[in-house]
Amino acid sequence: MKKLSARRRHPLAAVVVLLLALAATGGLYTAFAPADKAQAETVAQSLAIDEGKKLYAVGCASCHGTGGEGSTDGPALAGVGAAAVDFQVGTGRMPAQQPGAQVPKKKVIYSQAQIDQLAAFVASLGAGPGVPAKEQYNPEGADIAEGGELFRTNCAQCHNFTGKGGALTNGKSAPTLEDVDPKHIYEAMQTGPQNMPSFPDTTLTEKNKKDIIAYLDVVNSDDSESPGGLELGGLGPVSEGLFGWIFGLGGLIAVAVWVAARTAKAKKS
Amino acid sequence: MSTTTTPNPSGAGAPGRSREKAPAGEKVADWADGRLGIYSLAKANMRKIFPDHWSFMLGEICLYSFLIIILTGVYLTLFFHPSMNEIEYHGSYVPLQGQLMSEAFASTMDISFDVRGGLLIRQIHHWAAIVFLAGMFVHMMRVFFTGAFRKPREINWLFGFLLFVLGMFTGFTGYSLPDDLLSGTGVRFTQGAILATPVVGTYISMFLFGGEFPGGDFVSRFYSIHILLLPGIMLGLVVGHLILVFYHKHTQFAGPGKTNKNVVGMPLLPVYMAKAGGFFFLVFGFIAMLAAVASINPIWVLGPYRPDQVSTGAQPDWYMGFAEGLIRAMPGWEINAWGHTLVLGVFIPLMLFGLFLGIIAMYPFIESWVTGDKREHHILDRPRNAPTRTAFGVAWVTAYMIMLIGGGNDIVATHFHLSINSVTWFVRVGFFVGPVIAFVVTKRICLGLQRRDKDKVLHGRESGIIKRLPHGEFVEVHEPLSQEALHTLTAHDQYQPAEIGPTVDENGVERKVKRPQKLRAKLSEAYFGEDNQIPKPTAEEYKEITSGHGHH
Repeated sequence: MKKLSARRRHPLAAVVVLLLALAATGGLYTAFAPADKAQAETVAQSLAIDEGKKLYAVGCASCHGTGGEGSTDGPALAGVGAAAVDFQVGTGRMPAQQPGAQVPKKKVIYSQAQIDQLAAFVASLGAGPGVPAKEQYNPEGADIAEGGELFRTNCAQCHNFTGKGGALTNGKSAPTLEDVDPKHIYEAMQTGPQNMPSFPDTTLTEKNKKDIIAYLDVVNSDDSESPGGLELGGLGPVSEGLFGWIFGLGGLIAVAVWVAARTAKAKKS
Repeated sequence: MSTTTTPNPSGAGAPGRSREKAPAGEKVADWADGRLGIYSLAKANMRKIFPDHWSFMLGEICLYSFLIIILTGVYLTLFFHPSMNEIEYHGSYVPLQGQLMSEAFASTMDISFDVRGGLLIRQIHHWAAIVFLAGMFVHMMRVFFTGAFRKPREINWLFGFLLFVLGMFTGFTGYSLPDDLLSGTGVRFTQGAILATPVVGTYISMFLFGGEFPGGDFVSRFYSIHILLLPGIMLGLVVGHLILVFYHKHTQFAGPGKTNKNVVGMPLLPVYMAKAGGFFFLVFGFIAMLAAVASINPIWVLGPYRPDQVSTGAQPDWYMGFAEGLIRAMPGWEINAWGHTLVLGVFIPLMLFGLFLGIIAMYPFIESWVTGDKREHHILDRPRNAPTRTAFGVAWVTAYMIMLIGGGNDIVATHFHLSINSVTWFVRVGFFVGPVIAFVVTKRICLGLQRRDKDKVLHGRESGIIKRLPHGEFVEVHEPLSQEALHTLTAHDQYQPAEIGPTVDENGVERKVKRPQKLRAKLSEAYFGEDNQIPKPTAEEYKEITSGHGHH
């Protein structure tokens, strides 16, 4: 220590101290860097919320109110969560074209980035279910049979045996689930859009949802097989009856007319 | 000439033509004749005449689809297990692996996926049933609209009607056998209808299901009803139906040379037999093709029945759609009194179902009472020449079709973007208003067609040739009809309305006229009164007009 103390008046002492101080600051900076990154994310998040707010003011506020408080034309959005926004806007249901019994699916007009921004804004209004991660809704490895049973127990009442859709009261309807993005199916179960009840994780666990998605993927997508031939819309006896009358009996009557026309008539002079 | 008096054991009577030399076919026929008496049978029936018209083949479509149902049904019974024991599924259909289900469902799954040709046979069976019932409906309407149900064919009309009703229930029990979620819902629906019957409903339900619904018995019970009881009765009725067709001989449309006392057409053998046999294979082939192309009742996507599950779009097959519609359209009324509930919302539709079908079954008797006609009729009516009957039939079909819409109200709502409530209201109003409109419109059309026939007879066919007369007038040339056409258009009978006659006799004493008589006179007026049929042209009218000059 004496040596150090003896050299404290050395002309280079100040330089050394300065270097040490700089090293310490650098070290501290390095040590605290993650915290700073988080800070940066928050900044990005608040940027997304800001952007989302702008989009919201243009596309949503007229019905849901400028602060998401809702109006006679649209429900309040506090607490619906990012998942609800991702579903409604991601399937083109929102923004709605016109008020009615139910807002139908249509062309999606926002990019996924914009949908994320809108979701961020709406999520900032109150805590709600977030957009699920890919591994949550990826149907791979799920129990299809279990999913079928769950589907028949919870979903078939409105969506039909294999999700072909069905009628609800006063012009409302349960839409067809054919080729719906697994993420959107997951979000719909989670948030209960429009006339659908919600099935939070306490009702249908994450695994249950996955099983249902896997079942739908097998029975109701572009590559599902119909071992019996044309599935006639998968609507059951109504379409079967119509087909039987028109093509079955209709065809047989045509055959009968043909047979009856070929008769061994006496030759006309 | 043989002079021997002892019977020849070899059977050779004449030396010139011994039995050994007879053709093999004749020998067989001879052998059979000795035991079955087929010669006289064949002699009487081989030349039986059947008239040719495509609409006379509707019944054949029914008969052949019935045979197809029996044939394929036998195949299905070889693999079906009519049991409700609960087992775990381990067949080849992946999405149901490890699910609990009844043996009935599992064996139907096996038929569909693991039995060779099973799915095709199952689909042929089911499509044939759909076509069978639809065929019977159309066949019945053909008989109705042409008046083929008149004497002597009333009993056969009833046989046919019974076949239709039994076909409905055979279809229903068959549809319930796989014990899938869709048919299970239908069975529950039926049980509800049974329960709605006052007093006896609960007892019948308990007997039928062997306790509370669903119990463990109904599949095996429905099985014996479906494969034994109902088809047995139906087979008997079909045979009876055909025997009566043979006995009465077939009806025919009016035409030159066709009278009430003959049948003009082709003999049973060989022409008709060849045609009918060929037609059987056409029908079988067509239905097999239908079954190969289009899926029906895909139970694997419906899943096994569980009373706690239900799906939307749960309809019965089309022939029960009328009953389904009545229930769906009926408001859910009920009366609660003295600790009992009378579910009018189900009971009234149940009664209407029977009543509605009963009306059409009873119609031949109603009409013969109104006309008072006891003669035999073998010449068919053209529907236009019986406007009130035709209008009544169309009204009946209209009500039936409206209720079919009611039975599929949810599918109609989703596919035409309507509100299911509006569809239901349309059905409620339409069930009463639709038949009235249909009746009036049909009668108008029939009368219009009668007027047109009359015009054609008197003035001939419009030829489309325009002629300019010397003084400048333009006229269209009308071609007179051929003698055959004239006969066809004027062959029908026209009734005169029944009258009660004077109610007061010459001494001023009032005669008592009973109510039914008054009703009959009124109905008769509605059928055959002044504005309810167009008098067909008489020979005098025809002569007067055709002998006259001018451009008529």
